[in-house]
Amino acid sequence: MAVTIDPIEQFELKPLVSLGHIGHQQLAFTQSALYMFAAVGVIALITIVATASRSIVPGRMQSLAEVFYEFIADTLHQATGDGGKRFMPLVFSLFMFVLILNLFGMIPYAFAVTSHLIITFGLAALVISTVVIFGVMKHGTHFFGLFVPSGVPKPLLAILVPIEIISFISRPISLSVRLFANMLAGHIAMKIFAFFVVQLLLAGAWSVLSPLPLFLTIALTALEFLVAALQAYVFATLTAIYLNDALHPGH
Amino acid sequence: MAQPNPLTTPPPGNDTQIVPGHVEHTEAHTGAFPPFETSGYLAQLIWLALAFGLLYYLMDKVALPRIQSILHARAQRLRADLDQAQAMKTEADAAGVAFETALRDAQGKARDIAQTTRNTLAAEAETKRKALEQELNGKIAAAETTIRARTESAMGNVRSIAGEAATAIVERLTGQAPDRASLDRALDATAH
Repeated sequence: MAVTIDPIEQFELKPLVSLGHIGHQQLAFTQSALYMFAAVGVIALITIVATASRSIVPGRMQSLAEVFYEFIADTLHQATGDGGKRFMPLVFSLFMFVLILNLFGMIPYAFAVTSHLIITFGLAALVISTVVIFGVMKHGTHFFGLFVPSGVPKPLLAILVPIEIISFISRPISLSVRLFANMLAGHIAMKIFAFFVVQLLLAGAWSVLSPLPLFLTIALTALEFLVAALQAYVFATLTAIYLNDALHPGH
Repeated sequence: MAQPNPLTTPPPGNDTQIVPGHVEHTEAHTGAFPPFETSGYLAQLIWLALAFGLLYYLMDKVALPRIQSILHARAQRLRADLDQAQAMKTEADAAGVAFETALRDAQGKARDIAQTTRNTLAAEAETKRKALEQELNGKIAAAETTIRARTESAMGNVRSIAGEAATAIVERLTGQAPDRASLDRALDATAH
């Protein structure tokens, strides 16, 4: 008998309710969708149910909601100034959504929604389309001045403008891949190191070495909690910085 | 043992499986790497849009306005309380100043009243003293007048007594009473 492991299996989508096909696209209510709605439920619990009493002296859950609010409001204000207030619901929702989904992924046997590229890309696309649509609506063609660095000699612009455009287009990609890759790699690493413990225990005399990967797994788990929170913060901060471009497109 | 396609076959309940020998290494993983399995993308995007849309709606319409109003109410309450404390302190200071002023006024008034009373009493005493003095002076003057009148009448009596005495002495010495004219002459001569 040998124990085998598939570190990839944890990322598989499992349909809970199948709804048919469109072309080769599977339409199903998967565990991923369930987790997303569960995250919405948990966030509503923290920010709506816990604040229902509107106490002047907050309870634990209400202070948690207030801490999150003030943290994101500060981050947004630092990045965008006073004009960024209208994006507070977007940045706050993004931060809470990513944070809770990342933390859900840390529950043993749970599914990490943010380890799917299409989810993180969907969120990043939402951010970038908000930036472009709001930027064009507010500043018209002046918004595209974002791609033209000021105070640069004309011949250099021929090189710099394409670079600026590429850097802008790469933003949604880097934003989505950063989150996706962090969650994916972290979960794979945890699973592999945890599996080493089992394998060493079954390897006769080698089992004396099994505490080593156990400690590593514990350390990695702590690190992953940090990464879960940090990536949510990074996502929110970068969103705020990109939104600042929509508000103040001048270089 | 082939890995089942997760979207078409029921998933295994556990991701660690005990399988005989090294069979699993000889079989390839038939499904694609799950995050790159494009057949699930549309459904995931739809569920993401629904879930995130719901979240955005809840945050925008309910949660954030409420948290903001809580924070605002707290800030206002703190400011109001501090303002009230400041107002009370100002009031207390004013009351202290008012008290001191009142105290000084009262002290001044008390001094004034004492002074006035003292002056009135002194003036009254002076008036009484003057009236008494006047009365006494009048009495003294009347007494002096009486004394003078008595003295004068007494002096008038002295002449007749002296004349009688002189007449008696002369009568005893000479045996004969002196006549009236020489007696008057002699009395006039001694009187001056």
